[in-house]
Amino acid sequence: MAIASEHAAQGAERRGRSALLTTVLIAPAGLWYLVLLVAPLVIVTVFSFGNRARNGGYEAAFTLDNYVRLLTQPQRMEPFFTSLWMAVAGTIGCLLVGLPLAYFIATRARRRKGLLILMLVIPFWTSFLIRTYSWLILLGKDNLGGFIGGVIGDPEFRILGTPFAVLIGLVYGYLPLMVFPLYVTLERMDRTLVEASKDLGAARWATFRQVTLPIALPGLITGSILVFIPMMGEYVIPAILGYGRTFLMGNALVDAFIQTRNWPFGSAMAVLLIVIMLITISVYVWFVNRGRLGRDVSVL
Amino acid sequence: MTAPAVRVAGPATARRGTKAGVDHWNGVVELWLRAHSALVYAFLYLPIVVVVLFSFNANRLATIWTGFTLNWYSVALNDEVVQAALANSFSVALPNAILATLFGTMAALGLQRVPKTLRLGFDALTYVSIIVPEIVIALATLVLFATSFGIINDATGLKLQLGIPTIVAAHMLFNISIVLLLVRARLSGMDRTLVEASYDLYASPWRTFRQITFPQLLPAIVAGFLLAFTFSFDDYVITSFVSGPGSSTLPIFIFGQVKRGVTPETNAVATMMLVLTLAMLAIGQLVLTRNARRSGGGQAGGMAGMIADQSA
Repeated sequence: MAIASEHAAQGAERRGRSALLTTVLIAPAGLWYLVLLVAPLVIVTVFSFGNRARNGGYEAAFTLDNYVRLLTQPQRMEPFFTSLWMAVAGTIGCLLVGLPLAYFIATRARRRKGLLILMLVIPFWTSFLIRTYSWLILLGKDNLGGFIGGVIGDPEFRILGTPFAVLIGLVYGYLPLMVFPLYVTLERMDRTLVEASKDLGAARWATFRQVTLPIALPGLITGSILVFIPMMGEYVIPAILGYGRTFLMGNALVDAFIQTRNWPFGSAMAVLLIVIMLITISVYVWFVNRGRLGRDVSVL
Repeated sequence: MTAPAVRVAGPATARRGTKAGVDHWNGVVELWLRAHSALVYAFLYLPIVVVVLFSFNANRLATIWTGFTLNWYSVALNDEVVQAALANSFSVALPNAILATLFGTMAALGLQRVPKTLRLGFDALTYVSIIVPEIVIALATLVLFATSFGIINDATGLKLQLGIPTIVAAHMLFNISIVLLLVRARLSGMDRTLVEASYDLYASPWRTFRQITFPQLLPAIVAGFLLAFTFSFDDYVITSFVSGPGSSTLPIFIFGQVKRGVTPETNAVATMMLVLTLAMLAIGQLVLTRNARRSGGGQAGGMAGMIADQSA
């Protein structure tokens, strides 16, 4: 009896120590999530129902004014729609540029696969800011911008400061995020299926459309999500390459929080942006759970 | 027996008939795939090459090439603003990387030991921290700091303000999540039998961790540390909103220069940043591929493979 209760006491002590250890292990990260993620998002949500104080900032209130103004005044919604079409165009651009590349690396590169993937990681690893501002030099009037202007005979022709410059920056900045998942799905593709399709007399295009594309679909959707989401919230690229003229959601947010210091209105915009992200992700997760996408290539 | 053979012969010859046409297109498609891929790599590297090249440009105007000089590097290194920004960048990136790696790894280990609901809640927050756009996190964090510092300073007479500690704290959020994901991926792919064998041989939990678990997790921890350092060293968006007077980092210096017009000095500073971050990647690649070779297989792709896998 004595021995048994001693064992029980030891067990309880060990369990207690183990629970303590678990708490100690998780506490710092948990604290960070609570203070620097949950708290800011809660504050922004609360502020979005408030009023702007006279000298800027937040004044406590409960009103839906910010949302009503945001959703009913077309000029307030403009940055959202600009962001939306830029992000869609950017995603399509990444796909057009990235799919043939991913296909090439997965099926043609053989032993150089590792090297080619590393060569995709290197630009992705280097500073986003530096890679973006470099296009100021490349597209400027002394280089590509001026060159095209000369060709079409228009000395006033400019690329910088236009939505097109922003689009180039978006595709350039996020391309690797599209290629990685595409490459992973295509790499795992059973090549005999393509052979079989060819043997059955299918034309090249039919094989691509009916065999390769369905296999690549999970990677294609994952890649699209991975590039679409950050493009929707992009701030640096339009600020630099668009001269702030292509006004995206990110720029509108900075304008509201920093320039006009209308925190409640900015908060309402931030909440709307987060809701759009959550809807996009939910649709994606729904697809994953329906089994349309392989679990192994999903983001979540 | 012979009948099927005859039937097969029909389509086979018919196919041979079209084969020549297919082969013709084959060549075109192969050529196009190659050319396209080569152009994409040129597209990816051109801006980087341009920045490096123009950092050696003798002309003050950054956009026209006139001749070679190393002058801009000495200008940049003797610039007090650049020196201060460089020091700040390290004061931010290093503590951030150390703490984020520590906390992220700890959480990954701790999450193995908690009930499923808690783990799912934690996972949700991890993904939210990665999914919510950086600009939203940056502005929300700024509002949090501004509001809470205001309240605290009024109540206690302290003078809390934005500076290097707030940048480190804000960067750590994202980086903890990255380290957590990397280490957990490694944990789930780990061979549990070794841990069990260690316990069967009466090794203490601490000794099992030190000699079995930790060495297996090391590649993920190293990759996480290097990613955290690089992210922090390169970050502009979060840094610019939660930095205070005197805590400007190199990306903030560069952004300011870009707004006023790029000079060769900007390119020299940028090139030095590129060299430093690429050195990080090279170290990671070296450590991880050597580790993979020693443990026989696994992460043969090293750092690159790990990043590519993670994003997929």
